[in-house]
Amino acid sequence: MYTTDLQKFDKSAKSVQALQPDEPPELVEAFEARIAADAFIEPKDWMPDAYRKTLVRQISQHAHSEIVGMLPEGNWITRAPSLRRKAILLAKVQDEGGHGLYLYCAAETLGTSRQEMIEALHSGKAKYSTIFNYPALTWADIGAIGWLVDGAAIMNQVPLQRTSYGPYARAMVRVCKEESFHQRQGYELTMTLAQGTAAQKRMAQDALNRWWWPSLMMFGPTDDKSPNTAQSMRWRIKRDTNDALRQKFVDVTVPQAEAIGLVVPDPALKWNARKGGYDIGPIDWDEFYAVVRGEGPVAKERMAARVAAWENGAWVRAAALAHADKQGRLSAAA
Amino acid sequence: MAQALAPRDWPLWEVFVRSRGGLSHKHVGSVHAADPDMAVEAARDVYTRRMEGVSLWVVPSGAITASDPADAGELFEPAEDKVYRHPTFYSIPDTIKHI
Repeated sequence: MYTTDLQKFDKSAKSVQALQPDEPPELVEAFEARIAADAFIEPKDWMPDAYRKTLVRQISQHAHSEIVGMLPEGNWITRAPSLRRKAILLAKVQDEGGHGLYLYCAAETLGTSRQEMIEALHSGKAKYSTIFNYPALTWADIGAIGWLVDGAAIMNQVPLQRTSYGPYARAMVRVCKEESFHQRQGYELTMTLAQGTAAQKRMAQDALNRWWWPSLMMFGPTDDKSPNTAQSMRWRIKRDTNDALRQKFVDVTVPQAEAIGLVVPDPALKWNARKGGYDIGPIDWDEFYAVVRGEGPVAKERMAARVAAWENGAWVRAAALAHADKQGRLSAAA
Repeated sequence: MAQALAPRDWPLWEVFVRSRGGLSHKHVGSVHAADPDMAVEAARDVYTRRMEGVSLWVVPSGAITASDPADAGELFEPAEDKVYRHPTFYSIPDTIKHI
């Protein structure tokens, strides 16, 4: 689902965007020309080291977000209020796992390994979307996550279907196709609560209050604080700026809230006829940076859950390999 | 034992899906799995959750030999100047039918 532009905070990525001096200028030139002509770059094609590293960082960060994204929703599967909702949530969480796998494979075509990426996540070296460091407190949060978080993710991801790296673009086509049910089920869930009892409506409003601002932060820092955006856009790794996507999200989401009688928690929210979009109040970037630094309300829990799942599964991974090796030896001997 | 538990990724498999009878298998992505049976099951779970296929192939990624994109120019050059391989190369009067 979710890409946030976190490269600014990744210390190891400081010089990532700089072209290496020893790269043959004619190859760089041919590469830039292909990108400018909107051609796709494929795994075995020559590419500048900075392009490769930027992509590995962005795709793996995106994959980690899908995987960690299963946690807040997974917590609610056993507590879903009906069999219908449970089946839906189960399918959605399974999709997120699938999205993580498409993306890990896309990153692996660039020469990194699954092992390296998982280690980077567990050691805290690799980032994932800040949104998952907020807790899902009530059933209404499952609605808000689908409607707002997946909604914001779709805004981010639709343009990435045309991103310049072929395997990433193809993964995004699959992800986007599957993602729209995620947003619709979340909106339908929220709508059902909003049309329910007074207590249910309060619950829906409370979830909107808590998820609105973190969802807007998912688009990453403002354009003037996002120094690598220009290079990423030139390389067609990114197709729209953070602010442009955020604006688009606000403009489509505000009427959706109004339609079901919920209030967007922003007293400064105002339609601006001149620009044909909403003006919003200031975003609390201190909170955003704190969450990126790992100070989100449930950041430690999330990583502990991931690491435990990985470590508890180690013997299964080893046993499966041992079994495959043994079968291989047996059939070689036969 | 220590060696068996040493971190090592499961082998990588390329996945091909036949979307319906009559069509050929098409590459859709890859999965990691310890053996071929597990690769088929993983491919089912990852790539056909919405009835995208009626048949799956999994191939060890290392078994694929690919052409080098850097050589694409000369590799495909022989076909470039052979327009006579296309039916539109031949002009035949409009009065001649069924050809």
